[in-house]
Amino acid sequence: MAARRAERLVNLVICLLSTRQYLTAERIRDAVPGYESADGRKATDEAFKRMFERDKAELRDLGIPLETGRNSHFDAEDGYRIKRGDYELPPIEFNAAEAAAVGLAARLWQSATLGEPARAALMKLRAAGTDVQDDASPGAVPYLDASDPSLPALLEAAQTARPVTFEYVKSGAGTAQVRTIEPWGVLSWRKRWYVAGLDRDRGEPRSFRLSRITGPVKFVGVAGAFDRPEKVDLLEMVAGSGQTRDRVAHVRVTGPGAASLRRIAETDDDGVLAIAFAEVQWLARQIASAGSTAVVLDPPDLIDAVVGRLRAAAAGVGV
Amino acid sequence: MTANEERLPRLLALVPYLQARPGIRVAEAAADFGITEAQLRRDLQLLWLCGLPGHGPGDLIDLSFEGETISVIFDAGMSRPLRLTSEEALALVVALRTLAETPGLADSDAVHSALAKVETAAGGAVDDGTVTVALDKTTRLLPVLQRAVSEKRALDLRYHTAARDEISERIVDPLRVFELDGRAYLEAWCRSAEGVRIFRVDRIDNVELLDEASAPPAGIELRDLAEGVYQPAPEHLLAVLRVSEAYAWVADYYPPEEVVELAEGLQVSLRVSEPAWVRSLVLGSGGQVEVLSPGWLADSIRSDAAAAILAYAGK
Repeated sequence: MAARRAERLVNLVICLLSTRQYLTAERIRDAVPGYESADGRKATDEAFKRMFERDKAELRDLGIPLETGRNSHFDAEDGYRIKRGDYELPPIEFNAAEAAAVGLAARLWQSATLGEPARAALMKLRAAGTDVQDDASPGAVPYLDASDPSLPALLEAAQTARPVTFEYVKSGAGTAQVRTIEPWGVLSWRKRWYVAGLDRDRGEPRSFRLSRITGPVKFVGVAGAFDRPEKVDLLEMVAGSGQTRDRVAHVRVTGPGAASLRRIAETDDDGVLAIAFAEVQWLARQIASAGSTAVVLDPPDLIDAVVGRLRAAAAGVGV
Repeated sequence: MTANEERLPRLLALVPYLQARPGIRVAEAAADFGITEAQLRRDLQLLWLCGLPGHGPGDLIDLSFEGETISVIFDAGMSRPLRLTSEEALALVVALRTLAETPGLADSDAVHSALAKVETAAGGAVDDGTVTVALDKTTRLLPVLQRAVSEKRALDLRYHTAARDEISERIVDPLRVFELDGRAYLEAWCRSAEGVRIFRVDRIDNVELLDEASAPPAGIELRDLAEGVYQPAPEHLLAVLRVSEAYAWVADYYPPEEVVELAEGLQVSLRVSEPAWVRSLVLGSGGQVEVLSPGWLADSIRSDAAAAILAYAGK
């Protein structure tokens, strides 16, 4: 950005922040230096209009809340102002430990997609008087690779409950298909990013790997266009079997063993585990593995499956 | 973003930044903005020309230089930085939530309170829990394990020993963290076992970084990983198993001594450190895995199965 234009934009921001009245483009032209033509003479109306339009777009790109409106019914055209309360970062203070945490957090981003916004955020926080540093001793950090260009848009869509559409290449398939989803959330799993939500065309919850999204993510609705289910387990949606674990088994465990059952249990009520499951045979294998340290209390079909496995092991035949 | 596009946000942030730090040194301010001192001086010269409409002497931003330090005399209304954009707020919030999910890297209370403050300052740009960060266990635990190694600090581990299907709590002196065939491991001196142990990171249920220095005995050697993580020892039990096709993976799980193809399935001979591992495998397999030798192990598993069935008698 040429120094001349940077100077004009800073002056424009100061001017619009200092006014409570809406200022028309013509008043701004008089009040803000820099709308002259390059030789210092008054620019043509056409040239001024071009410059002013570009400047407005630039301010809005930066997230500056440029308001338009009229001071009274008698005004012939819209004017502009920046409401100070909407422009300014609210008061924020960090103690030393918090400042260290924020600085460390910003360093988790390994790529520019969200690394630059994170650094821009730190600059603003420092400008607010906090002592956030991002050059703390490196050491190991869990890196967040946000090289997927669709990540910021999907984060925003999940955040604001806006449906999105994108082209997606399913694993093993050669051509991209258009998908429309209500994104419930995004997550990082095994160093890859996923978005999960309701696939509108299929009417079912689905998850998508961001690296397989081709082309831009487009919003296809307003913010708040859908309700996110109250209980969403993103990790289960992405990494789980894909089956809903909607059945519950009760299993009594004794002694120190059966740790793998304890680890998958939802609750442990004095040795009686409640385990959510979808596949009877899958859980039966886990339970039979524990031998006499684990006894199924219910449901009956799980008891049958476990006993069947144990009988086969007792007989030593059955391959 | 190009250097030019970064200039306007920087110019808008500079005045409130300097105002919050009267008398700051030029070098320090330049470093905070990631620019050279010459660039900073050019920015300041530009700001000097900016101010309130009218642009008279009392309207312009006024900065004072004393030696190598700067102070703001008049800010022309630029007293606070611009608020965070939704993208900036998200970038910070997602990173802080990741940090909150990762034990031992930063003071956990501080992470949570900083997160709450950033969310408040973002003023609705990131309002509730709709953006979830869920990390897999290895991603969560690796940083604290690596930190324990580099800072030479002891760890309190809650570990699932799959071979015995037990969870144990133990203090270890970490030696190194490594990845092999896509799995992460911690190699450490285990104080309760008094020996070097290799722990699979995905089987660590909880870890606490202790203030205590790690103190592995002098002269211990790291495992040579050329032959894989698990190396069969002659004193380990040699078990011969018959496995069905569905259980052919058993031949890859531990390095086998011998694999013979049968008409149906495989005959696998392998050395195992824990007979309990074979026991669980056979009991759970529903007849798909059978012990051919040693005979005492086959008998013992059969009677285990019979004992387990008894619990269901009458049902």
